[in-house]
Amino acid sequence: MKNTWWKALAVVIMTYVIFWGLLGPVPRQPILNESIRNVSFHVPLWFAMIILLVTSVTYSVRYLRKGRMDDDLIAVEFANTAILFGVLGCLTGAIWANFTWGDPWPNDPKLNSVAVGMLMYMAYLILRGSFDDEQRRARISAVYNIFVFAVFIPLIFILPRMTDSLHPGNGGNPAFGKYDMDNSLRMVLYPAVIGLTLIGVWITQLRVRLRRVKVAMDD
Amino acid sequence: MQQIPFFKSSLLVLLMLSQQVMAQQPITNGVEMADRLRADGKIWVVVAVIATVFAGIVFYLIRLDRQIGKLEKEVKEKKNENSLRF
Repeated sequence: MKNTWWKALAVVIMTYVIFWGLLGPVPRQPILNESIRNVSFHVPLWFAMIILLVTSVTYSVRYLRKGRMDDDLIAVEFANTAILFGVLGCLTGAIWANFTWGDPWPNDPKLNSVAVGMLMYMAYLILRGSFDDEQRRARISAVYNIFVFAVFIPLIFILPRMTDSLHPGNGGNPAFGKYDMDNSLRMVLYPAVIGLTLIGVWITQLRVRLRRVKVAMDD
Repeated sequence: MQQIPFFKSSLLVLLMLSQQVMAQQPITNGVEMADRLRADGKIWVVVAVIATVFAGIVFYLIRLDRQIGKLEKEVKEKKNENSLRF
């Protein structure tokens, strides 16, 4: 393993996040109680997912510009890891919502938007599987990836804000940082975003390398 | 073999953190026990479980990383052999 420093960094950061996220001081809030600590574990999943998706789109654009198959391969694997984080985000959110909002899947615009977005990304993977020709698959799925991303971002960041949502910072609810966020929580949340993103990049790198080995063996 | 110091150092951080958890021993009826682990509604047990899960996942990732590294090396060597032959 060459260049492992960032992997070590990811492990150190996430170890800190696990311990300090569970044991550090947090704001005392009614209804939320100790579950406010989920901010350090549920929210960064989404942050990391968005970062991974941006990277995926970047590689898709790069593929369309330069036509290198390797870029297409990297784009898919970043999308794969992002989808994994998205599914985990949905599951952890459902657990949290069950105990604070009283329903694992309340009719919240943010949740429904995310569900639509996740389905669009599943369709991306299915679309890829339906081509036999490598070039065609790479080109069409790269275009689709850019298109999905362009729909996904307004779907989860803009639309929920225009109606009422249970999530902080949406509809009539106060934004992140006014009541339910303080510096002690930020001290864990932001490192968690970095740590989880690095873990995501690590998983992606492993998958990309495995795919490259497969490609090399086919040649 | 660059791997070992990395793994060791992450293990060290884990151990150092767990020191804080287990080193403080409030004394009840004079007998010293690892009471912290059972205090606060046994939340420390949950902390230990989550830490173990994370350590397991990291261990798995590192192993996978090494195995893929070996595979890459093999493929590279084979490629070189082939290019010499033809």
